[in-house]
Amino acid sequence: MNATFGEAGFPGRLIAVEGIDGSGKSTQVRLLRKWLERQGARVYLSEWNSSEIVKSATKRGKESNLLTPTTFSLIHATDFADRYERHLVPLLKAGYLVLCDRYVFTAFARDVVRGCPLSWVRKIYGFAHLPDLTFFFRTSLEVSLRRILDGRQKLKYFEAGMDLRLSNDIYESYRIFQGRLLEQYLAMSGEFGFRVIDANRPVEVQQSEVRKIVVDQFDLENYRMPGLSL
Amino acid sequence: MSRTAHKSKRTRSKPRRDASKEVSVPLPPPTPKRFYGHGIPGVDPASLAGKLIVVEGADGSGRSTQIARLVSWLEGEGHPIVQVGLKRSTLVSPELEQAKKGNILSRTTLSLFYATDFADQLENVILPALKAGFMVLADRYIYTLMARDLVRGMDLKWLKNLYGIALEPDAVFYLQVSPEILVQRNFMKNQALDYWESGMDLGLSRDMFESFKLYQARIIEKFQLLQKTYRFTIVNGDRSAEEINRELRARIGKILLRGKQD
Repeated sequence: MNATFGEAGFPGRLIAVEGIDGSGKSTQVRLLRKWLERQGARVYLSEWNSSEIVKSATKRGKESNLLTPTTFSLIHATDFADRYERHLVPLLKAGYLVLCDRYVFTAFARDVVRGCPLSWVRKIYGFAHLPDLTFFFRTSLEVSLRRILDGRQKLKYFEAGMDLRLSNDIYESYRIFQGRLLEQYLAMSGEFGFRVIDANRPVEVQQSEVRKIVVDQFDLENYRMPGLSL
Repeated sequence: MSRTAHKSKRTRSKPRRDASKEVSVPLPPPTPKRFYGHGIPGVDPASLAGKLIVVEGADGSGRSTQIARLVSWLEGEGHPIVQVGLKRSTLVSPELEQAKKGNILSRTTLSLFYATDFADQLENVILPALKAGFMVLADRYIYTLMARDLVRGMDLKWLKNLYGIALEPDAVFYLQVSPEILVQRNFMKNQALDYWESGMDLGLSRDMFESFKLYQARIIEKFQLLQKTYRFTIVNGDRSAEEINRELRARIGKILLRGKQD
């Protein structure tokens, strides 16, 4: 298994949040970012599938349904590599606290559920160091489905795994697909030392737990702007 | 009648090709196919009846000329052909083109971007064509991509895993041209060297002419390394187009007759 950024001697640290769609991880990581910034830490938040150059290709692929499990996997790996090499590594070398809304584990879970061999996917991401801390927001499928529907009424095609032809009913497909993702995440949890957060609880309760784990593990002093006293 | 007699006389004096002998188009015998690694989920290599022929070589190696001649020859012989090449996928080619212009992508990203482009064409063009019994002529394949990545310091084991999706071709011809001749051919074509074909992103030399020669020598080195694993046929590309084409036709002729080169 790869070393974490801390083990590899980087002055910065990487915190990843993972969970199925609707687990509330994005809300939690945004709140964590605000709080860390208020503590004076240098923070950068990187989102899955957000590299400028790759995004338009992914969008076209999804819209015209051009993606197969293999190209779905490779295009997301391309996106990750671009963010990793251009943003994450330089910022971690500069001593930032980097927050990642999804990390390699998302690919490990999704691509395997779509039928790509586990070892192939893992080796492709073999260039990446592991996070120093990974939160896994664990929800029941019903809770996550309700959150997704409350927010925007409609399920997205790929989020529901419709490309896998699990069911013609998008809600049924969503349940099966997200259930399989959840299984993959739980199988990885021990191996990668996920900090599991019970995400069926109110946002504030979870956020307090997240902050506590972060201050227990990291001395925030180390991530302040050098030469600035607060 | 005298006209007919006259015609037949002409035919005798200058022998025509006997059309009756060209009526039957031999079906190339099937040979077992395999992927280099796990391949594409759900695709059985035994279902791929057509032949996959790859021509590799740097810009200016005469690759395109050779492929054009081969296509025309093979179609004349009655074989259905589909052509593929790098950066031709519907999925990512516009972004790849844009990224290369700005030179903003780092090596792992560029490598994966090209792999996506390759996978898209493999699944949407190459495999369906082979399944339908077409002969696929590929203007470059994974070896060029691997050689470029190796020169940029990527790990061979990582690349072999990545391209475990690729189908092993029935033949791979690598047109090897010495860097000195390559430079001259590039100048004959455009009077200019290409930024990427000169490996300018590597900073080998600020002088483009020098960089081109250094970079192409390194690519040749990597091709020779890859040859040990992938066992492709190295074709001396320093010769004339006619000589090279004669050799390629002879080799492909064997595949048409016996299903494989040797």
